[in-house]
Amino acid sequence: MAKRIDEMKLWLRQEIDKAAWGECAEALGRGEGELFALFAEVDRVHMALRGIGSDEPRIVTVKVEEGRYPSVGAHHAPAIRLERAIRDLFGHEPQGLPDTRPWLDHGKWTITMPLAEKRRLARVVHDTGYAFLPAEGEGLHEIPVGPVHAGIIEPGHFRFTANGETVVRLEERLGYVHKGTERLMAGAPLDHAAKLIGRVSGDSTVAYAYAFARAAEAALDVSVPARATYLRALMAELERIANHLGDFGAICNDASFVAVQAHCGILREEVLQAADIAFGHRLMRDCIVPGGVAVNLKKEGEARLRALLATISRDFPELVAIYDDTPSLQDRMVTTGIVTAELARRFAPGGYVGRASGRAFDARRDLAYAPYDELQFAVPLLQEGDVNARVWIRIREIEQSLALIAQVLDQLPSGAIKAPISSVGEEREGTAMVEGFRGDIFVWLKLAAGGTVLRCHPRDPSWFQWPLLEAAVEGNIVADFPLCNKSFNCSYSGHDL
Amino acid sequence: MAVIQDLAIQAAQMGLVLALAPLVTGFVRKVKARLMRRRGPPLLQPYRELMRLLGKEAVLAENASWLFRAVPYIVFAITWVAAALVPTFARGLVFSWSADLIAIIALLGSARFFQALAGLDVGTSFGGIGSSREVMIASLAEPAMLMVVFTLALVAGSTQLSTIAAFMASNEVGLRVSLGLALIALIMVAIAENARIPVDNPATHLELTMVHEAMVLEYSGRHLALIDLAAQLKLVLYASLIGCVFVPWGLATPAAGPEIYAYGVAAYVAKLLVIGFLLAAFEMSIAKMRVFRVPEFLGGALMLGLLAALLLFVSRSL
Repeated sequence: MAKRIDEMKLWLRQEIDKAAWGECAEALGRGEGELFALFAEVDRVHMALRGIGSDEPRIVTVKVEEGRYPSVGAHHAPAIRLERAIRDLFGHEPQGLPDTRPWLDHGKWTITMPLAEKRRLARVVHDTGYAFLPAEGEGLHEIPVGPVHAGIIEPGHFRFTANGETVVRLEERLGYVHKGTERLMAGAPLDHAAKLIGRVSGDSTVAYAYAFARAAEAALDVSVPARATYLRALMAELERIANHLGDFGAICNDASFVAVQAHCGILREEVLQAADIAFGHRLMRDCIVPGGVAVNLKKEGEARLRALLATISRDFPELVAIYDDTPSLQDRMVTTGIVTAELARRFAPGGYVGRASGRAFDARRDLAYAPYDELQFAVPLLQEGDVNARVWIRIREIEQSLALIAQVLDQLPSGAIKAPISSVGEEREGTAMVEGFRGDIFVWLKLAAGGTVLRCHPRDPSWFQWPLLEAAVEGNIVADFPLCNKSFNCSYSGHDL
Repeated sequence: MAVIQDLAIQAAQMGLVLALAPLVTGFVRKVKARLMRRRGPPLLQPYRELMRLLGKEAVLAENASWLFRAVPYIVFAITWVAAALVPTFARGLVFSWSADLIAIIALLGSARFFQALAGLDVGTSFGGIGSSREVMIASLAEPAMLMVVFTLALVAGSTQLSTIAAFMASNEVGLRVSLGLALIALIMVAIAENARIPVDNPATHLELTMVHEAMVLEYSGRHLALIDLAAQLKLVLYASLIGCVFVPWGLATPAAGPEIYAYGVAAYVAKLLVIGFLLAAFEMSIAKMRVFRVPEFLGGALMLGLLAALLLFVSRSL
């Protein structure tokens, strides 16, 4: 089994002892590395990380002894929520973790520690009594918002402490849409698990399926036909464009500038209809499967996609011009909700949140998976870190994605679209990272000898973005929170899993 | 007989503003939807919504006091009276003597006072946020409105709307810079008072950004219907005010014939539609401002009003 891991070019996994684990955590805390994921199995805890300046990401593993392991969150704040989640799911106790409150488990589950070796029937808790962090001072008042909101969005609770209109502190409470996906994954056949993963976060269904398929292929040593890799990239870029268009409009709508949203809605619909004609599903769900893709691109689909590129290239710049030339809109966006470069370095948030604050990371470029190693594209980068910067990153990424789709259509190889997948008769592990529209999605997969999933951990980009939202809102006015929130557009479902 | 006829015409005006109020709101929504290339709800949708709300059970918070229950009726009654006093299709009606601009502002001020109290009454954080924002906006909008009133009173020699309208329709008024400034100030105040973009967004679902909607968030059923109708009446009130002062043509004179009155009504409806269209177009072209920008916006209205009044003193001919 160790041999198998050595063969993997990326994501080399090492078993290390407690002391070395602690050193890793301290190094992260000193800002010498970036944390990609922190997840557990019944007897060990894994941490995916990358040293600053080295492009090779790797995974380190520590054994859980007597239900305990050294906390990473004690040194490196981004790990705190991940460790709280691990404790809720497995019962592993992070030694030295400063925040001992539960995270995903609100005391409403019928069993506790659902992923642990021995699950326990839950104690029935009626009053969960979650202790929010106190903020004291003259003239401060609390505003509880959610988990049920006035709009049709996912549930999450936000506890504001405000001084008049100014936010002094925001604390999030998430976990309301925990679906037990990881438990459903355990023991599932590969094709069933691929379907499950596409339902983790609906807006990123392609990116999740993409990451899962690549992890499974890495584990089983399957090489994917060239045409399939290109079709995957095509779907991923379509998904990115559709979501960025939706976000761009929704951000303007949150500033009560509805005209842009209406036009973005039309363009997004064009993308979805083109995807429907090209791949038979508007959101391209279940189109990517381990081994390749499930549907081939037909002639009429290609024509439709080329027409789509022309439409967006024609209409989108006009919307950008409206956005850029409306002073009242700019007044809302510029300098609102700033994420500092320092915080972006520490939390390593993927996607537009990181790239708007000077973190130049894009899994497509930095981990160069097929077919992006053969395609030309730029990764936009800004330093301002405000809502406006996050909007501009999206605008630039839409332009890049349009160029990528054109390249994919031009260079699309012919041939098979799926390689056969068969079990190899031994336990295998695979890791993959894919750039979704929101940021990098990380999937770690362990397959049983028979080919079923033993353990699968998908890590949503939102894990490292949600905490930054709390920081971004601080010092802004209460009424600007929706705007900041929309410019992050974190996933509740992907985070709560 | 004459008295009965006068009363009937006054009653017709009261009925007219009430009947037209939801239509104006529906029209603004429709125009906005069309400008967004959406089909939009039917023009009559606000009437249906009111009927639906009237038929629904009114849910009250456990700690709501009698004030919370009484406020919708108070607010609705006050706003209706105020709206019915502004000359719409005719001037010199039987109650015109009471249609004093300062009285109308006072009526709206008391309606808002009760509304803000009710927002605080339930003790939810949103009611408090809404009430505090509303009162902040009002405390800035009222001085600006008073400056507009002063300007009009100085020009027309009266604060009575019927007299002002008669004066504005006459040849004596001429072209005055002061009136232009007063019109702009009045429009800015009207936007703020009616919770329209860029001060507030009547269509938002974001509870943290609401002003008026946050204040009335706890209302439901018939209470909400009355509050919605009062808000719609207020929009008509301001549209009528701008119409009768700055576009006073087509107002029927006292004791005119039925065809003159019919003409007056047609002119009134046309004015409402034009104002409604302009409002919708304006709202489409601007984003909502941050709460702390509202004082600057209304401060601008106050300065314009002040300038308008001062200019009258500096030069009577301007």
